[in-house]
Amino acid sequence: QLSLFRLTMKRLFSTSHSSVDSKEMKKFQLVAHKWWDEEGEYSALHSMNDIRVPFIRDTLLNMSSNYHLGSPLSGVKVLDVGCGGGLLSEPLGRLGASVTGIDPLEDNIRTADQHKSFDPVLAKRIQYKSSSLEEIVEECMETFDVIVASEVVEHVADLEMFIKCCSQVLKPEGSLFITTINKTQLSYVLGIVVAEKVIGIVPEGTHEWEKFVPPEELEQLLESNGFSVKTVNGMLYNPFSGSWSWVESTSINYAMHAVKSGAREHSSPTDTLSEVESEQPSATAGTTV
Amino acid sequence: VWDACSEALIVFEKDDLDDMGYIVENDVIMSAITKQLDAVADRVEVFYGSRAVGYTWPLPSHSCDTSPWVQIELADGRRLQTKLLIGADGHKSVVRKEAEIKNIEHRYDQSAVVATLHLSEATDNNVAWQRFLPTGPIALLPLSDTASSLVWSTSHEHASELLAMDEEGFVDSINSAFWSNVNHSDFIDTAGALFRSAISLLKPSGTAVRQLPPSVAKVDPESRAMFPLGMGHATEYVQHRVALIGDAAHRVHPLAGQGVNLGFGDIACLAHHLSAAAFNGSDLGSLKHLLKFETERQRHNVSLIAATDVLKRLYSTRLAPLVLLRTWGLQATNALPPLKVRI
Repeated sequence: QLSLFRLTMKRLFSTSHSSVDSKEMKKFQLVAHKWWDEEGEYSALHSMNDIRVPFIRDTLLNMSSNYHLGSPLSGVKVLDVGCGGGLLSEPLGRLGASVTGIDPLEDNIRTADQHKSFDPVLAKRIQYKSSSLEEIVEECMETFDVIVASEVVEHVADLEMFIKCCSQVLKPEGSLFITTINKTQLSYVLGIVVAEKVIGIVPEGTHEWEKFVPPEELEQLLESNGFSVKTVNGMLYNPFSGSWSWVESTSINYAMHAVKSGAREHSSPTDTLSEVESEQPSATAGTTV
Repeated sequence: VWDACSEALIVFEKDDLDDMGYIVENDVIMSAITKQLDAVADRVEVFYGSRAVGYTWPLPSHSCDTSPWVQIELADGRRLQTKLLIGADGHKSVVRKEAEIKNIEHRYDQSAVVATLHLSEATDNNVAWQRFLPTGPIALLPLSDTASSLVWSTSHEHASELLAMDEEGFVDSINSAFWSNVNHSDFIDTAGALFRSAISLLKPSGTAVRQLPPSVAKVDPESRAMFPLGMGHATEYVQHRVALIGDAAHRVHPLAGQGVNLGFGDIACLAHHLSAAAFNGSDLGSLKHLLKFETERQRHNVSLIAATDVLKRLYSTRLAPLVLLRTWGLQATNALPPLKVRI
């Protein structure tokens, strides 16, 4: 009976009960076909691979004792949330991981699928699905070893729910990797004014400063939802060389690695009740389509 | 190494340095490579006796339905596709031509005559000799205690004559080239001797005791061959999904014995950048790391190719002022250990 109640609630509030922001989706729709032009709109994301892939790879290698020569991420199941055109999914796939890439925008998934189809190895290792994170929670409980949410959390509507869903689909002691932008004066000046309006390395209107997330807030949300934050690193983009580097300061861009606690999640009546309670307030606070 | 027009010479000795180099017969290298290929036969497939007849290049931007990889058609009709095509097909590279990469080339009016020679007497054959004749350098590279390899760069006509000669005539020409002093002029000899005394005043050990090159008795009958010489340099070593290495990228005069070494350097550099890219999960054909390879190698290769070309031109003349310049230059270089070590 309780599950029926849950289902009804979900259907009633499904349009606003989501971490996907539809305004954000419209922005990305316009440039969906430009993902794979390395010199184009997304060149900064392409070059971000030079630091975020080694970060993910080395963190995971340090945590595990198995090593397959030539395939460092072999046997690792990765979820790439907000995968876009698959810019990060493909290198992780090449390193041996089984990657599931999800993105709410169908055009992005179409682009990603087409791009991986020419590579016989990647075509098998990566699966793309047009979906939001919430939509896969039920069928993917505790399925993934690793979740990467790179340049995504600054676009979601409800960050805490996003994190809760990450926790649900992640295996105990699984890793969550987030890269995003801090909410500071500096990030406004450099991240929006300069990046979008002056130099144009980010398509105009991509980011809204209001939705930027300070690392302290992200860390607090993670810790209070069953994660233990292991690493926080500042990142800096050099527009002249087109390359990224690690820096001490997290004032603009930063990366975070968190690990889900080892206690197994069990769905008990008390848990389901508290989920229903928290559903009601956020239904009214959610954005409308 | 010494000049035919003067007494100037330069000696590089092992005592001051680690092993200066190795002379290895081509067959030995080929056999070693084949052994290594057999060891990785599960990852490397070699199509012997096959030829590529056509290439289809990918369009740079990924908006279309055609494959973004390079397509290759073989003579037997098979088709291959690859993320990265490496052109190692020599100075007349077809890959380079098909990729429309411009090549700066210059033909020297010289050909090189090569042969395997048998020495008159067995000797501790561990010295490589090179004498700069006005027609071009003649070099003897040791192979064993009784055999040496000849590389004689000279005019096309002379090269043809040398090939046409009978064995005795050929052997006589070689010995005479190493021993004869016909090209000396009194003026240069005196000037050289003066400079040498000046050096020995300043730096007593700075002049070398003269060693003597071995003399030749016989030639291996099948081993005489000639090939034309030239200089070449590709304006680009890489393009999207293409890389050129070895003589396909650059071609140099044999006087410094560096041609194949430049190729080996290219391979080491490309392998390093590709393996770093692979460890980052990158697409191997991506220009980003290919350009790093190109920059690194062009920086190294261009200076060596230019220097070799300058040396070749400098030593191609009998004109007194230039001979004097190179005579003194060589004597000075011989007396300066830091400079010799750098070379």
